[in-house]
Amino acid sequence: MIEHEVLVVGGGLAGLRAAVGLCREWDVAVLSKVHPVRSHSGAAQGGINAALGNAPDGRDDSPEKHAFDTVKGSDYLADQGAVAKMCALAPEVVCELEHWGAPFSRFPDGTIAQRPFGGAGFPRACYAADKTGHVLLHTLYEQAVKRGIKVYDEFAVTGLAVRDDRCHGLIAYDLKRGRFEGFASKFCIFATGGYGRMYRNSTNALINTGSGVGMALLAGVPAKDMEFVQFHPTTLYGTNILITEGARGEGGHLVNRLGDRFMARYAPKAMELAPRDIVARSIQTEIDEGRGFEGGYGHLDLRHLGRDRILERLPGIRTICVEFAGIDPVEEPIPIQPGQHYSMGGIDTDAAGRTRVDNFYAAGECACVSVHGANRLGGNSLADTVIFGRLVAEDINARKGHDGFQPKASVLDEDLQRQTRRVDCILARRRGVPHSTLRDELRQLCVEKMGVFRRKEDLSEAVARLGELRAQYRDVCCRTPPGPFLSEILHVLELDGLLSLGEIIARGALARQESRGSHFRTDYPTRDDARWLKHTLARLDGDQITLSYREVDVSIYEPKERTY
Amino acid sequence: MSLKNALTEDLPGTLPESPGEASSLAADAAGPKTYRFEILRYGEASGGPPRFHAYELVVRRKMSVLESLLEIQDRQDPSLAFRSSCRGAVCGSCAMSINGKLNLACRVQLHALSTDRIVLEPLPGFDVIRDLVVDMEPFWEKYERVRPWLHAETSAVQECRMSESERKRIDACVQCILCGVCYAACPARTANEAFAGPAALAKLHRFLVDSREDRNGHTLRPHDSQQGVWGCRTIMQCVRACPKDVRPADGIRGVRRELAARKLKRLIGRKTP
Repeated sequence: MIEHEVLVVGGGLAGLRAAVGLCREWDVAVLSKVHPVRSHSGAAQGGINAALGNAPDGRDDSPEKHAFDTVKGSDYLADQGAVAKMCALAPEVVCELEHWGAPFSRFPDGTIAQRPFGGAGFPRACYAADKTGHVLLHTLYEQAVKRGIKVYDEFAVTGLAVRDDRCHGLIAYDLKRGRFEGFASKFCIFATGGYGRMYRNSTNALINTGSGVGMALLAGVPAKDMEFVQFHPTTLYGTNILITEGARGEGGHLVNRLGDRFMARYAPKAMELAPRDIVARSIQTEIDEGRGFEGGYGHLDLRHLGRDRILERLPGIRTICVEFAGIDPVEEPIPIQPGQHYSMGGIDTDAAGRTRVDNFYAAGECACVSVHGANRLGGNSLADTVIFGRLVAEDINARKGHDGFQPKASVLDEDLQRQTRRVDCILARRRGVPHSTLRDELRQLCVEKMGVFRRKEDLSEAVARLGELRAQYRDVCCRTPPGPFLSEILHVLELDGLLSLGEIIARGALARQESRGSHFRTDYPTRDDARWLKHTLARLDGDQITLSYREVDVSIYEPKERTY
Repeated sequence: MSLKNALTEDLPGTLPESPGEASSLAADAAGPKTYRFEILRYGEASGGPPRFHAYELVVRRKMSVLESLLEIQDRQDPSLAFRSSCRGAVCGSCAMSINGKLNLACRVQLHALSTDRIVLEPLPGFDVIRDLVVDMEPFWEKYERVRPWLHAETSAVQECRMSESERKRIDACVQCILCGVCYAACPARTANEAFAGPAALAKLHRFLVDSREDRNGHTLRPHDSQQGVWGCRTIMQCVRACPKDVRPADGIRGVRRELAARKLKRLIGRKTP
């Protein structure tokens, strides 16, 4: 058994920021399924929102205006106190990252450059060309190296050791050695990212399997607002690799097969810079109504920006198009289609990142505070990761000296044995269904029944089918025993949680008889505040999923109709 | 030369034969094609030396080498080991040797290779743990040895000002995804185990020329050596192999220049920065 005072699970931006904030006060270690610089945060492109007011046409920006845009973008499902807190801290954390070396693009006066983003009243997204996530991830990893923070890379956490609402640590699969290991701690933080790989058409990295949310559910922590799944409007046709919103922020146009800049019909004022839910629905409508291209896609046209601007502001996009689609956006429009991109929902936390298990926290995409409500604005996810990573660290630091909790080795031994028995049981099945068969069906089902447009019949079918898949999972087999870099057992274990999350999304979406943000019901096409201005909480009791609801903090801005 | 041609040269093996037409959109129509993957495998429980194992894969759509590996792992051999994460050439996980060329498996498209026989081997210059997974530990140790973080103290509430031209000085090295391709490709490193290698030194350059950097001169001494920048023999394999256009050799040259400038300043009696 390995022991540290604080364990951070996940080496992306939220996890690293938490670890950097904790390491002066505590013996902290980061566990990550991949080396930290391989984390999905590095794939973020367009920017991080902070009301710096650096842009010539953005001088009047303020954290309050950032908060209002975020709340409106969320379709009023975000908790407004938490949003205000995030937006107030954003300028400070961006400057902190800059002082740590983040190479942001610059305005002529030497300040951090900011570009317009969807749903934002001012150019607010601070960027480093179109590789903002990459530079921030490397900057934070550099800070972790500087501080000598212990990283267990290629350790995949498979379970939380919780008894009586206290977390004693966790069980992890050591990929390098191919064996399970117990870790004891006073505090545990999940920064495990999203569950994008539940969908066949996701922009997410292959590692984004929602494992953190699944483990939290098993430990008795509810998942919140899971039916709110963000579909990014512009993913590269075929591979669904992200094409940043920054491409539209720089002036890119969305065009259908008829050459029509169709956003004029959906969001006449904001056009291409309407929030993601609206733009994704608009593109999908064009495709569904036969105005897309054969195969189901539209065009993102950057040609009028000119080669110099594309090379300077969007060099990564150009490379992606050349390498993955054989298209040069300097000369041709980019074929794009909506694709799963982000999980607004996640582990239920408060604005300090606390969960209902006293010494277990969550931050970043795996958590749901909620600051994104029913639809996240572009540029707010990077802000979320570093701000809530930091806030979690501050909250735990403030508990130094007040917490006499000692994790029990016996609990970890017990959980480690349970894990081993479970693995043995799976390995003992001579015949059974391979995990990839169930996983592929789940991915297809999610795209077909739980996508941009939803309706009762599809969702009911999804609920039923997911129940069957979860039953079939009891016969899942694993053809290779654990061993160095034999990862099949890990995929098998992760699929269990992913199937539960799928059913939670389907059930939450079926129950929610309204349309709000990313959740659009063709049979209930309007928002219904009287009945549905509330958060969904899903719990797992044995195999049973139960839903309950909680009120939303609307203490600052009164909910209004959302027009762009 | 048009930019498209320039890109073709920069990204060998990743563009379709005629970029104007052979987009992903057209590739689907090509019909199924069978590829033979010969993968160097090592580290099985039974022990023994590395040996090639062949897999046949019927490919019906446009696919990368990484997607093919995932498919083989799913449908044919779950014990096949390789690293992967982003599948979009930004994370640096899946570097390997593909028909003798070092690259990221995710950014090499099958249809762009001129053959249906694909030989995959782990990155050279590293110890192999299993199959295509190598031990990156020496690479990370050398990365940490250059103290890869901005050395600067500021109490400023606002950002430090930096001009775009100052930022552009570090831009190439900032692109590095630490995939290890240059380290594997470098003949000087193969000949001299202790040599830090291109990626680490490019990282050092990235910080040295950052206008915000305030690194004390004496921390550079270990790099003013055969283990450091003088271990480079300017064979330029790193520049040719890098999948992200970092041009590490330029970074190494930059560090040498910086070292020389600092020495000169000391010689003429000025205070070193």
